[in-house]
Amino acid sequence: MGKTLQYSSITKKIIMSLAGLFLTSFLVVHLIINLLILFDDSRELFNQAAHFMATNPLIQIFQWVLFAGFIIHIIFGVVLQIQNWLARPVRYEKKGSSEQSYFSKFMIHTGAIVLIFLVIHFVNFFVKAKFGHIESISYASGTYEDLGWLIVELFKDGAYVVFYVVAILLLGFHLDHGFQSAFQSLGLQHSRYTPFIKLAGTLFSALITLGFIAIPLVIYFS
Amino acid sequence: MDLTLRIWRQASADAKGKFVNYQVKGISEEASFLEMLDVLNESLVMKNEEPVAFDHDCREGICGACSLYINGRPHGPDKGITTCQMHMRNFKNGETIVIEPWRAKPFPVIKDLMVDRSAFDEIIQAGGFISVRTGGIPDANAIPIPKLNADLAMDAAACIGCGACVAACKNASAMLFVAAKVSQFALLPQGRLEASERVRNMVGKMDELGFGNCTNTYACEAECPKEISVTHIARMNREYLVAKVTAPKE
Repeated sequence: MGKTLQYSSITKKIIMSLAGLFLTSFLVVHLIINLLILFDDSRELFNQAAHFMATNPLIQIFQWVLFAGFIIHIIFGVVLQIQNWLARPVRYEKKGSSEQSYFSKFMIHTGAIVLIFLVIHFVNFFVKAKFGHIESISYASGTYEDLGWLIVELFKDGAYVVFYVVAILLLGFHLDHGFQSAFQSLGLQHSRYTPFIKLAGTLFSALITLGFIAIPLVIYFS
Repeated sequence: MDLTLRIWRQASADAKGKFVNYQVKGISEEASFLEMLDVLNESLVMKNEEPVAFDHDCREGICGACSLYINGRPHGPDKGITTCQMHMRNFKNGETIVIEPWRAKPFPVIKDLMVDRSAFDEIIQAGGFISVRTGGIPDANAIPIPKLNADLAMDAAACIGCGACVAACKNASAMLFVAAKVSQFALLPQGRLEASERVRNMVGKMDELGFGNCTNTYACEAECPKEISVTHIARMNREYLVAKVTAPKE
């Protein structure tokens, strides 16, 4: 923690952006696997994929890299934010609104809610899948733990669906700023490519958000 | 036009400040904002009251002395100009104008609307210069410089160091100022010699003084009276990353 404070502001932002982009790549893999649950009513494809993720040794090792990514992103985000608050001890009476990236003003807030979501999500799925007992289900391709059933049951609860959708929306806003901001922090700015990066970031965030939101909505309303 | 001014009054650096409302009447739309404050101050002096202290010098928009956070915006509502160049036609008759000093930990209030911006001088002293030999005047065109670099360096050098970027930033970050000062040298061959040390020292000083971090919100660019681009911040990030990675082991 002491070392974290010693890093310069730019170093912290570079670490922040690299961790953020790494976590973004994880979201893509997570979404692709999640979407499999919508493809067949027997949940075979999804359970097979979940089984692969839970048993493949390479993924097991990589899982720790992912945890590290989350922890680094969270710690640096909090440290940066505390320093930012301390830099203006006396606030303005009339708040300014000249920002050119609206969601950048709420990264700590959207981040905090996504973190709360993450903890609940972790308890609901990861801990249960890892340490709890989940009924097995047999297919022609083999016998797997029926993790898909856990998801379908959870998404029958309207309150949970609302919470899930809101959290994912906030994650989308977080990504919309974070994606293009990461490139700026890394110094990857160019008059020719930056407008494309910004557009790609917004489209990517929208796709990720819609993809994750579609799953609970389809399950709840079917 | 008649106006209500809500101004931050603070007797000294250590004193507790507060907002005080003043009425000014018959202000011309053609008057500059500082002339309007001059009118207020004259009326205060006539009443034997302490005039409002504010920074100003050239009143031509080039010295960087004037400041003022007007209705939530550094240098007021007009784009690409300083407070001294902003005219009262930007306001409506009967309007209330809130005038605050720059707010940042490294910019302490000296009195009323005046803040101490010597933190910027300290950043410049940390590396915002090039070392040259004294002696005869060198030939102006001895070192060829690409047109694009010359233009970009000139854009960066337009920074007058007023501190509006810090005032506008939600984090009171000085990144746009430091980036402009790093960029104007980084783009030119004369600046390359000390480029690595410069960016490390200036960023180090900026952090040490307690400015906030950059969230890439870009309010600084929107409010900069010289319209310095945030692309210079990206250049500084790049310079810093390369300087840090390639710096020799201490």
